[in-house]
Parts: sequence; structure tokens; C-alpha cells
Amino acid sequence: MKARVHVSLKAGVLDPQGKAIGNALASLGFTGVGEVRQGKLIEIELDGADKAAARAKVEKMCQELLANPVIENYAIELE
Amino acid sequence: MKAAVIVFPGSNRERDVCAALKRASGREPAVVWHGDSELPAADLIVLPGGFAYGDYLRCGAMAAHSPIMREVKARAQKGAPVLGICNGFQVLTEAGMLPGALLRNKTLSFICRDVHLRVENSQTIFTCGYAAGQTIRVPTAHGEGNYTADPDTLDRLEAEGRVAFRYCSAAGALTEEDNVNGSARCIAGVFNEARTVLGLMPHPENSTDPLLGCTDGQGLFDGLVSALS
Repeated sequence: MKARVHVSLKAGVLDPQGKAIGNALASLGFTGVGEVRQGKLIEIELDGADKAAARAKVEKMCQELLANPVIENYAIELE
Repeated sequence: MKAAVIVFPGSNRERDVCAALKRASGREPAVVWHGDSELPAADLIVLPGGFAYGDYLRCGAMAAHSPIMREVKARAQKGAPVLGICNGFQVLTEAGMLPGALLRNKTLSFICRDVHLRVENSQTIFTCGYAAGQTIRVPTAHGEGNYTADPDTLDRLEAEGRVAFRYCSAAGALTEEDNVNGSARCIAGVFNEARTVLGLMPHPENSTDPLLGCTDGQGLFDGLVSALS
């Protein structure tokens, strides 16, 4: 089973990288681009087929290491 | 005062802080490798600057979970003083020993220059070598020093006198220009609730040798020696 963890900065937390990407898109001529936020995607291969157990495990990983709850949100996807 | 300096793979200012500690205390600090689980007896534990674990995942995130940090946390809970400088500050926030987090600098650039700091609270073991409101000049060198915390936490830190230093002008004024990395409320360093743990982004240890033209950082180490010896 594979878990995908999307980590993103919380709303309201300044994202200077996202801003720089937004400015670069504008300078390339892309119009209609609103706020840009940059996050990260972490893919984890997991043993076993129990989705509920896998979700609980990845949830714990997020809380302990993968995301910093002070500044980041996370979303877990399993496939 | 006997200090223990923790070294992670990627730490690079441990020699600088050891030299500053030795200059102030006359005693050679113990240097402890991150993989060790035993920490020698020490009056002060120091997490130095650098790029522990290459800043992988988030600055300080991997170091915060290294074996020695369990022992550092346990000592801190018993009241042992802990000083985290630059990357050490990032490690302390990631370890949950200090509130808030350090984000990318607002300019996105690595900042390597002298800054001025205003001493906000001189009634602690770390800052008793200074007067409250005093302005000092120290070097700074970081890409992720933009301090952030939610407004309630920031209010609490200010109300409880837990802001140690703020970025300021040479005259001590708080301006957007002098707040080099965009930190919330110009905060450069904070204390834990008991004021026994300090984290700060700038490098007082690199402002202790007269050869470098400025010794404003010496007050921090002299203060520690007078408080802890």
C-alpha cells in the first residue's frame, strides 16, 4: 500500500516561496493567477492491507515528524 | 561553569561556541555526539548552529528526534539550562521545548551580516550580563530565521517577559528594515516558561573575540558564568 502525505503551510502563515513562484508565473505572462502556496508531497510504501490501521499509523507519523503542527497542515491519501 | 555542547551531523558552529564558553568560563566544554544517549553532568547544555541533518524535511526536525535529545529534554524538564543558537533554536522549537517555529526568511535569501538586537528581559540567567533595553551587535547567518507563532502565543510571550531579544536599529528602534528576516514582532529569541531554555537566531558566540572587532556577545556568556558558577 502507498500513502501520500500532502503537507502545506497553514492559512495565514507567510509563504515567501509561494509568493516568489506567483511572481515568476506573472513575469512569464500567465494571467489570472491568484495566491500561490507551496507545500510538499511525501510518499510512503507501507506493508499490510488494512487501510484503517495504515491511516492511523501515518496519522501518527504526521503528528510526530512529517508535519509541524505550529505552521503546517497535512492530508493523507491511501492507495 | 561546565557546559556540554551537542554536535549533530551538519552542526558547524560548535567550535565557535566552545571557544566563547571557554573564554568566559575558563573550562573546556564537553562535546557530545548526537548518537550518544548519555549526557555528561553539565551546568549548561548548548545546541550549536549549523545545518543538522542537512535541514532535511524541516530545519531541526530530524535533530529533534535524535537519541541525545531525549536526554536533553529530560534534563531541561528538571530545570537544566539549555541554550540553542541558530540551528539550535530551530531544533528546540521542533522538539517542542520552545513555542513557535522558524520559517524561510521573508526575502528568501540567506542572511549573513551583523544585526542589532535589543535586550528585552535582563532578569534571566542568559541575559543578566546585559541591561534591559541595551542594544548589542552580533552576526547572523541563516536562511530560515523568520520566527512565527499564533497571535495568542505571541501575546503570551510578551506578557510573560519571554521575548529575550528583538531585531532593532543601532539606536534600538524596531523597524521593518532592521527586522531582517521578517520575524513576528521582530522576535530574535525566546525563553521557555521557566526561563531556563533560550533559543535565538543570531550568533553571540561569534561576537566574543576582540580580533573580530566586536565583543557584544560576550555579555551572554559572562552572564551565564556568573549565574551558573
